[in-house]
Amino acid sequence: MKILVPVKRVVDSNIKPLVKSDNSGVEVGGVKMSMNPFDETAVEEAVRLKEQKIASEVVVISIGEPKCQDTLRTAMAMGADRGILVTSEDALESLSVAKILQHFVTKEQPDVVLMGKQASDDDMNATGQILAAKLGWAQGTFVSKLELSDGKAQITREIDDGQEILELTLPAVITTDLRLNEPRFASLPNIMKAKKKPIETVALADLGVDTAVRLQVKSVAESSSVREGVIVGSVEELMDKLQNEAKVI
Amino acid sequence: MAVLVLLSYEKGDQIRKISRSAISAAGKLGTEVHALLVGDHLDGLSQKASQLQGIQKLLVAEHAAYAHMQAEPVADLIASLAGSYEFIVAPANAEGKDILPRLAGLLDVQPISDVVEMIDASTFVRPIYAGSILATVTSKDAKKLLSVRGTTFEAVAETGGNATIEKIENLPASDKQLSVFKELKLSQSDRPELESARVVISGGRGMQSGENFVLLEKIADQLDAAIGASRAAVDAGFVPNDYQVGQTGKIVAPELYVAVALSGAIQHLAGMKDSKIVVAINKDPEAPIFKVSDYGIIGDLFEILPQLEAALKAR
Ligand SMILES: Cc1cc2nc3c(=O)[nH]c(=O)nc-3n(C[C@H](O)[C@H](O)[C@H](O)COP(=O)(O)OP(=O)(O)OC[C@H]3O[C@@H](n4cnc5c(N)ncnc54)[C@H](O)[C@@H]3O)c2cc1C
Ligand SMILES: Nc1ncnc2c1ncn2[C@@H]1O[C@H](COP(=O)(O)O)[C@@H](O)[C@H]1O
Repeated sequence: MKILVPVKRVVDSNIKPLVKSDNSGVEVGGVKMSMNPFDETAVEEAVRLKEQKIASEVVVISIGEPKCQDTLRTAMAMGADRGILVTSEDALESLSVAKILQHFVTKEQPDVVLMGKQASDDDMNATGQILAAKLGWAQGTFVSKLELSDGKAQITREIDDGQEILELTLPAVITTDLRLNEPRFASLPNIMKAKKKPIETVALADLGVDTAVRLQVKSVAESSSVREGVIVGSVEELMDKLQNEAKVI
Repeated sequence: MAVLVLLSYEKGDQIRKISRSAISAAGKLGTEVHALLVGDHLDGLSQKASQLQGIQKLLVAEHAAYAHMQAEPVADLIASLAGSYEFIVAPANAEGKDILPRLAGLLDVQPISDVVEMIDASTFVRPIYAGSILATVTSKDAKKLLSVRGTTFEAVAETGGNATIEKIENLPASDKQLSVFKELKLSQSDRPELESARVVISGGRGMQSGENFVLLEKIADQLDAAIGASRAAVDAGFVPNDYQVGQTGKIVAPELYVAVALSGAIQHLAGMKDSKIVVAINKDPEAPIFKVSDYGIIGDLFEILPQLEAALKAR
């Protein structure tokens, strides 16, 4: 069984993103970048499936600037077998990413595309579902438990008031909830080994995929959550504030 | 051309509040609003839904294949209706986020997730980077697919409307059985739904155990509150996953949000920053949660919570 895992390079989620001075976008120059945490979960799961001999090959793919190579190397240090780098100067929206992935699914013929449910930068939560629709495949979104067997995937999904168990017919697109697993840290020997694993590099322009922008970001602004933060000295004082000042109880 | 709003409902036959917010958001697009009810055995729900305010027509699609709202057949269904609509709106909950992007794939549209403000018919505001940044986006798609947050659009009333009910007869064939429903594990709770509760009280890693959530329960009883949690508390197994508030959990905006023993990571704030009043209880005076609170108490939860419970009882 072959598993394809798309991995996105994003601003590290421990870093507070800064808005560019002209409000045209988010500052990414000189900022620590990491693999999207949801994709780390997907890589981890795919590698575990390989260790259990359920998967035979784990291929990772990243789309973006040449630096995405680092993200692919990280995934390979975790245990992925090889990488595909699609270079593009522009930031791409979910629809375009899904079309690029569709191109590589056709080429690589994986049984499962295992990917993050959302990218921690654009928080769109859409690429996996769009891809599944374009391929006419089953989709399993927000998955917190995954069991693969012959031609089927049994998944537990996180839904609005609990969990749902579905059986998907493979091939399928599966998107991960963070609680699916706890991603490993790559060991130094594995980081060294990953340097020798193959990466195929393709320029987006050579693929002939339509990536015209449909959703344009006009401007961005910081969303402040700062409040007054009055520290009260006692529960009585808090009660008084809530009853007489805020009038919420 | 009109707007079609996909309704989301609980298994107990209750139309979710977020659906009523989605209708009010759709109303801002300045055209006729139709609602779509999908499922199996919908008689009771159809009657209820037809009374929702703000909709002119209610479409009802009833079939065993839709009983569990699986994305594959439901997206196929909506795609078959999409020709008559310029906008399709879904609630930004787990169900809407499963279905709407799949529909977008079928229609070749870039979906717009988590809309919090409608500026005009093609310009919308949505949070990015765990809500720490708001992006104003313009869609060039002829058909626009939006999922909307329940927290920033006031819900329409449950009754008072009088929509005409139209049963959809020509359902697209969905015999592909790409996904088969096996089991539903609902978390049982007598408390109000997290996303529509007037008061939410959340516990974090500092609660130390699931048993200690009883301290929150006792306060919740006094305030008819829902109980939430940080991801750390959920990951530690204190409470089930559907308690989680934040970037990867529920988005809430109650009148009163009480954050107990949670530090206030941006991913948590993503889920509660629009609350009207925020109260923090934390023993660390440096905890970031205090900066995003209206009122804070610095102290040990094991001392503060019983005092608060007593004070609420004595009201
Ligand atoms: C991609 C991504 C998505 C995420 N999504 C979410 C999400 O949706 N929701 C979410 O919550 N988190 C999310 N997180 C995790 C988030 O970054 C934090 O790790 C998490 O919110 C921390 O939880 P906490 O505040 O309970 O724990 P901690 O940060 O450990 O805070 C515990 C707090 O309890 C206080 N405390 C301890 N004991 C006591 C006591 N006896 N009395 C009073 N106070 C006490 C401490 O002072 C401390 O401030 C996400 C992270 C990532 C990377
Ligand atoms: N540029 C990219 N390169 C590789 N994978 C991506 C890229 N953008 C999005 N993805 C994948 O799509 C998932 C969902 O992203 P989104 O729909 O943007 O929230 C991510 O978790 C990744 O697995």
